[in-house]
Amino acid sequence: MAETTYLEAIRQALFEEMDRDPTVLLMGEDVGVYGGAFKVSAGLLERFGWERVIDTPISETGIVGAAVGMSYAGLRPVVEMQFIDFIACCFNQITNIAAKSHYLWGAPVPIVLRGPCGGGVHGGPFHSANPEMYFVHTPGLKVVCPATAYDAKGMLKSAIRDNNPVLFFEHKFLYRRIKEDLPEGDFAVPIGKAIVRREGRDLTIVSYAAMLHTSLEAAAQLEREGIAAEVIDLRTLLPLDRETILASIAKTNKLLVVHEDTRTGGIAGEIAAVVTESAFEDLDGPIRRVTSLDTPVPYAETLENYFLPDVAKVVAAARELAHY
Amino acid sequence: MAVDVIMPQMGESIFEGTITKWLKKPGDRIERDEPLFEISTDKVDAEIPAPSAGVLKEIKVPEGQTVPIQTVVAVIEAAGASAAAPAAAPAPSAAPPAASPAAPEKTAAPRASAPAPAEPAPAAPKAPAEAPASAAPELRENGQKIRSSPLVRRMAKEHNLDLGEIEGSGAGGRISKKDIMAAVETGGAKPQAAPSAGSAEGSSESPFVSTPPPSASSRQAPPAGASAVFHPVLENAVSRERMYFGNYEAQPMTTMRQRIAEHMVASKHVSPHVYSIDEADMTRIAKIRERSKAAFEAKYGTKLTFMPFFVRACVEGLRAFPTVNASVDGTTVVLHREINVGIAVALDWGLIVPVLKNSEEKNFLGLARGINDVAERARGKKLKPEEVQEGTFSITNPGVYGGLMGLPVINQPNVAILGIGAIQKRPMVIDDAISIRSMVYLTLSYDHRVVDGAVAHQFVAKVKSYLEAWNEEIM
Repeated sequence: MAETTYLEAIRQALFEEMDRDPTVLLMGEDVGVYGGAFKVSAGLLERFGWERVIDTPISETGIVGAAVGMSYAGLRPVVEMQFIDFIACCFNQITNIAAKSHYLWGAPVPIVLRGPCGGGVHGGPFHSANPEMYFVHTPGLKVVCPATAYDAKGMLKSAIRDNNPVLFFEHKFLYRRIKEDLPEGDFAVPIGKAIVRREGRDLTIVSYAAMLHTSLEAAAQLEREGIAAEVIDLRTLLPLDRETILASIAKTNKLLVVHEDTRTGGIAGEIAAVVTESAFEDLDGPIRRVTSLDTPVPYAETLENYFLPDVAKVVAAARELAHY
Repeated sequence: MAVDVIMPQMGESIFEGTITKWLKKPGDRIERDEPLFEISTDKVDAEIPAPSAGVLKEIKVPEGQTVPIQTVVAVIEAAGASAAAPAAAPAPSAAPPAASPAAPEKTAAPRASAPAPAEPAPAAPKAPAEAPASAAPELRENGQKIRSSPLVRRMAKEHNLDLGEIEGSGAGGRISKKDIMAAVETGGAKPQAAPSAGSAEGSSESPFVSTPPPSASSRQAPPAGASAVFHPVLENAVSRERMYFGNYEAQPMTTMRQRIAEHMVASKHVSPHVYSIDEADMTRIAKIRERSKAAFEAKYGTKLTFMPFFVRACVEGLRAFPTVNASVDGTTVVLHREINVGIAVALDWGLIVPVLKNSEEKNFLGLARGINDVAERARGKKLKPEEVQEGTFSITNPGVYGGLMGLPVINQPNVAILGIGAIQKRPMVIDDAISIRSMVYLTLSYDHRVVDGAVAHQFVAKVKSYLEAWNEEIM
């Protein structure tokens, strides 16, 4: 069977879910005729028609507001943000309406907001954002950041089937760079479960999305130095899978968190707090972070490279922690 | 008079034991040497006899719990003080608990920048070793700050170790997890309740010396490299997620299972296994055995099995090829002069390999008796730890269960193990005629670091020819 890219996996999930459930629909800017800015929705309009694949005006707040209304009426809209940076425009609809609706009125909002996030493709400050933490801070939402094609497909299906709003961040660096054999037929990957991608005994590296691949590469390099790093893929940031993290810390006793999001207020801080609260006496070293710098994402290639974590930075931090 | 029952040290490199079963309840009467509880350690499972006659007063450690050696696990109220006293508790009996509360004054003292000997004399001079356990000093004897971590401090507390005495190998001299695990392994598991007489005497007058006394543990340190306490995690070949599906029951491994698992992984990891297979014609021996079985048992009171024949033949093979009777220490080959044959005994709850020491000095009857004796005691959990150690070669017998042949994993620190298949009648070609013979497959697994194929095949050939041409009197 041919290998499926991360992007194609998302497209398949949309196809299969729309096939399976007539209440599922897709809306967003240029998702129909153009097939989406990254071609994630190519072929959907032809297959499902304009009533279920809706090209919208350029108003994110309007799109999400419409989606929330549709969900009250029994539909399950999937909303695409052309670039995830623009999600800031509909912040009120997401955090005040979608996130609180179920809690306030017993009215669940089964919508999925998905779109390309992340840097490393020289997209500059308006097309490279990692906005996950605005929403991790918002009770009532679920925040998903898949790193593999299998998870992208399986978790998008779980997101669509979920009765609460799910933010689904697709890392655009991974769109066409990673591919894998996907099993035939329907499968879903649960939201809220992290996974150990590599076993190790000397330290735990917790990461997600594109940085998972950086971390795995770093772990392979560390192995040649005799350092066995365990690598955890969070997959879901909200709700956070504490058990998997704590079980790993109980084994390795050292923690490094790697994320592409900027440093201050990143998920690393929350994880560090969880670990010190619940497993302080398992720690044999300080909790370390490798993250982007606290600036907007630079446009120039050299600056962006300097800004982003990379294998060398992860290896250096892990090495220091292992020898601490 | 109360007699403490302690967790015994079942062998040199063992620092803890798990109580698997209490055979008496509090209030039960018990005779001296009557089995009181069962334990499971790294090396053996065993029944522990009562140190004294009397009434079981208290069980301090419940079933399933693992405690360091010398820990008081129960108390027996001895019947007649005179009878019990002399032999009763061989271990240093637990110190009066009253001694420990004297410690707190030490917490503040070491903070002083210089280790001034002018420190006030301890209030209770006869409260020696307890102090460092309750509060780890923050400074070393030389005034240097002790750097550790929450994990290290927790482990130090659990194992009653004094961080001031542990060298740190981490950044800036920090005591790391590795350092404290090494300290625990090399004798750190100092029992809570048994300050050794030695350290009490040693710390005599000087108030400073008494603060971080050389712990009893570091003195009785066993040989380095001894493994205990921490079970290395056996790594999974695939992610855990792929193992739990459908209906299942997750069953924790017993101590013995864990030891077997670790040992097998380590052996396969360290020793490049190669296998040589041959077959031996057992017709002659089968006839001898058939003929003498009843008389042998009547005369000597022990069963005549095939095993002593094989052990005897192996002894001859090992004499001829000493590199098969060896251990490997890095780039040194340890050629053993004794031939101590380990014999794998399958148990309902696992597997154990008792060792027949000095098999080269035993005649046939001695081997037969020895084998039956250790096998029987293995099944009754009556083996002593030293009886499963110091093997130089092993034999396993998959044929017992009808296996035609097996390719066993080397029992470290041996370099070879012989597998004996089922003895069965087969048509064989002898002098161009087909004849029915009792045949057995012999499989030798050997460590190619030191044993080459040529030697291995010659060894097996020697065993084979000795068996086929058996000419020893067995009665």
